[in-house]
Amino acid sequence: MTELSITDLIAGLRRQQFSAVELVTRYLDRIETVDPKLGSFITVTRTEALEAAAEADRKLQLDDSAPLLGLPIAHKDIFCTDGTRTSCGSRMLDNFIAPYNATVVDKLSAAGAISLGKLNMDEFAMGSSNETSFYGAVANPWGLNRVAGGSSGGSAAAVAAGLVPAATGTDTGGSIRQPAAFCGVTGIKPTYGRVSRFGMIAFSSSLDQGGVFARSAEDAALILQSMCGFDEKDSTSLDEPAPDLTSNLQRPIKGLKIGIIREHFDQGLDQQVGAAVQTALAELEKLGAVLIDVELPTSRLAVPAYYVIASAEASSNLARYDGVRYGYRAEDPVDLEDMYKRSRSEGFGAEVKRRILTGTYVLSAGYYDAYYLKAQKVRRLIRDEFVEVFEQVDLLAGPTTPTTAFTAGAHSDDPVAMYLSDIYTTAVNLAGLPALSVPAPQASGLPVGLQLIGKFLREDQLLAAAHQLQQASDWHQLRPALN
Amino acid sequence: MSINQDDVEQAAHLARIGLDNHQRDHHLQDLQQILTLVEQINAVDTDGIEPLFNPLDAIQRTREDQVTEPNQREKFQSLSPSTSEGHYLVPKVIE
Repeated sequence: MTELSITDLIAGLRRQQFSAVELVTRYLDRIETVDPKLGSFITVTRTEALEAAAEADRKLQLDDSAPLLGLPIAHKDIFCTDGTRTSCGSRMLDNFIAPYNATVVDKLSAAGAISLGKLNMDEFAMGSSNETSFYGAVANPWGLNRVAGGSSGGSAAAVAAGLVPAATGTDTGGSIRQPAAFCGVTGIKPTYGRVSRFGMIAFSSSLDQGGVFARSAEDAALILQSMCGFDEKDSTSLDEPAPDLTSNLQRPIKGLKIGIIREHFDQGLDQQVGAAVQTALAELEKLGAVLIDVELPTSRLAVPAYYVIASAEASSNLARYDGVRYGYRAEDPVDLEDMYKRSRSEGFGAEVKRRILTGTYVLSAGYYDAYYLKAQKVRRLIRDEFVEVFEQVDLLAGPTTPTTAFTAGAHSDDPVAMYLSDIYTTAVNLAGLPALSVPAPQASGLPVGLQLIGKFLREDQLLAAAHQLQQASDWHQLRPALN
Repeated sequence: MSINQDDVEQAAHLARIGLDNHQRDHHLQDLQQILTLVEQINAVDTDGIEPLFNPLDAIQRTREDQVTEPNQREKFQSLSPSTSEGHYLVPKVIE
């Protein structure tokens, strides 16, 4: 049952080949057996999930038309869930039970999906390996000594291990695509503003975007379809009709122009990863796509510009954690300043403090123009360069990451080396474009991701290309041996 | 531009993050590395370029000034480490 696609799971539920209670129980049992090896869940909501499944079974009897009725999913622990702890992977929010649901949580619940719990992540989504979580690292299902990637490492590992058919995630600089690549699953980050940020704990508000992990582009399209749409509670939500992602999947890609980003095949790229991505590109060419070499020279500056902007926004967003209204408060403060300083020092981990300090520094008097404004100008150049290239091509392609999943601890003492693992993904967030990662052939038994980047609002085109590739190949069907 | 111990202390104070000397020195090293990376952005000429604050050039949407949320003071205050009679409590600030 846990091997079926989402389309087949929904059909099975509709035909009453199995009940929602049976399906949810099967996944919960698998989480109990397998997840101690991975650590992908922070909280499993067994009782609530079984209650929701019983309710779904009643609705299935009544032919209720909710599109995902009875389908198990899980949420990255960055999405607020009324009544269940939302920790954001931090000691700061270890005791935080949100008083409301994120829009994404409400929308998926209204579509009939059943949440099995909350997934592990880097603390406040700051990290590329899931090693900064207060609840411990997430192991990669393809090699337990390797990282799952981050920041949505729990989501990627849980889907790869078949603990849940789909999971939500967020992507600020690559946090969906990089772990998707490392764990061998499909992960999509839509256009900035497509998915509501309401109730999604803020890291860098002009870059953060919710998205989804699944085992195929078709499965991802089904879930994303129910997550998108205008939300008046998010002041940056796009006032555009939700796209039709599923009906266009069968569209052939013959004649589709795909730009190959030359800078993403530079000396920093692992040779085996490069070869695997070339094989996937050749498959797209066989399907009729036209490959065109393109250059995005300013995107080389994406990582440095990103670390200024993301850290600056983080230092502002995380000012709210003051130990007064919710979250961690240090014991016995001597005065107000001591309370703030110790609560934040003890409540935040090292990486979060590093980003807050970086952000505070680049925003402080005397440095604002040189760092923050300069980075925002570079950001415009990067965005405009994409817009220009998209006049010649429909999609852009390259590797998602420069290497396969690295071993745990490999970059722990070197923040810059860790930051560079997002070298091919951050430019997309600066530009606000949609992008996804799909499995290419593996390299030495480890997953490799092909990144496809689309034009603004063209998630349909991205998912169609990924689906056509997956119809013609079986790299996305490989499963890790965990039992 | 080089960053020193005083800069880290000042940033930590502005961000209300307590650091001991060991942590301060560690963060100083990290920040030096990060700023070396960041300074690559100076390689490109941005004269006459406007900063981009929203990738879609969207402007902040406003709405009618109407009450949309119910009062849930008790539910919200139940999350606080310390409240009394509807107030949030912090250490005494006036002697």
